[in-house]
Amino acid sequence: MRLDYPSNVKVIRVPCTGKVDVQHMLRAFEKGADGVCAIGCLEGDCHFNSGNLRARKRVEQVQKILDTIGIGGERAQMYNLSSAEAPLFVKHTQNMYEKIKELGPNPLKLAKAKAA
Amino acid sequence: MIVADKKPIEEIIEFVKDRERILVAGCNECVTVCEAGGKKEVGILASALRMYFKKQGRDVKVDEVTLERQCDHEYLEEIAGTVGNYDAIVSIACGVGIQFMAEEYPKMPVYPGVNTCFMGATEYRGLWVERCQGCGQCVLGQTAAVCPVARCAKRVFNGPCGGSTNGKCEISKETDCAWQLIVDRLKTLGKMDEYEKLFPIKDWSTDRAGGPRKVVREDVQQ
Repeated sequence: MRLDYPSNVKVIRVPCTGKVDVQHMLRAFEKGADGVCAIGCLEGDCHFNSGNLRARKRVEQVQKILDTIGIGGERAQMYNLSSAEAPLFVKHTQNMYEKIKELGPNPLKLAKAKAA
Repeated sequence: MIVADKKPIEEIIEFVKDRERILVAGCNECVTVCEAGGKKEVGILASALRMYFKKQGRDVKVDEVTLERQCDHEYLEEIAGTVGNYDAIVSIACGVGIQFMAEEYPKMPVYPGVNTCFMGATEYRGLWVERCQGCGQCVLGQTAAVCPVARCAKRVFNGPCGGSTNGKCEISKETDCAWQLIVDRLKTLGKMDEYEKLFPIKDWSTDRAGGPRKVVREDVQQ
């Protein structure tokens, strides 16, 4: 199954989405990421019981913070799939790609370009 | 421990919006346990502030530090060498730490990044509950180690009052009646006879109503 997903999606592997912290996601935006999505196992199917549920709550926290500071909460998303669902992974990354394309680049990059 | 809750970021931004060099200072003690002001929260707040300023097109320096404690001069002194590099500190320690920080560095504007709530404990992660009001005259020895000052809405010493229903307080169905807890525990301990005992009127002069309090221990002073 050699499926293509958008080439500008950078995959960062973690042992479980429960490992992904609010700080990690914020740091990605700070460094210029246009969007971040956490893709975890299906709810109820976490090998560590609640890692993906924690990740969802953390993504929600990130969304709130991004909305507050004017970056836009929609840029952070959480998706769930089983590890056997490669086509769904592609679909989610494409969704994210489309969403970000619609939203435009990270406002921090625009502000930086404006200042220069 | 002292329990605090995060302040909304908007409120913190309002404090520091005109500053150019900001230090976000956390505390490794109580506020770390209640996930409001530890190293992680310092990272999150500092990151959010940096992004906020960047978006405004401003190059504001926002640094991070987490001290072992902010309620001790010796730990606050750790940043004495670098504190001059900033024009404001956002402290996310409890109210005590924030004030001690301000006392340690009198010329430095210090702003709170948390709302300090009460002395309490972690019931489970994400739920912190009040257990002590620091009344200065502990009555737990007479009340089966359940505090009627902190846990009874009326602070009554001869409860339960008429508002106690099915073990819950009339202020909320989620709030346990402290006196029901006391009676239940006395029964468990087989000490219901203590419930009948009369105690002298509580000395409230040690409570907050007398103004800021002090504990003086000359035996340990240097």
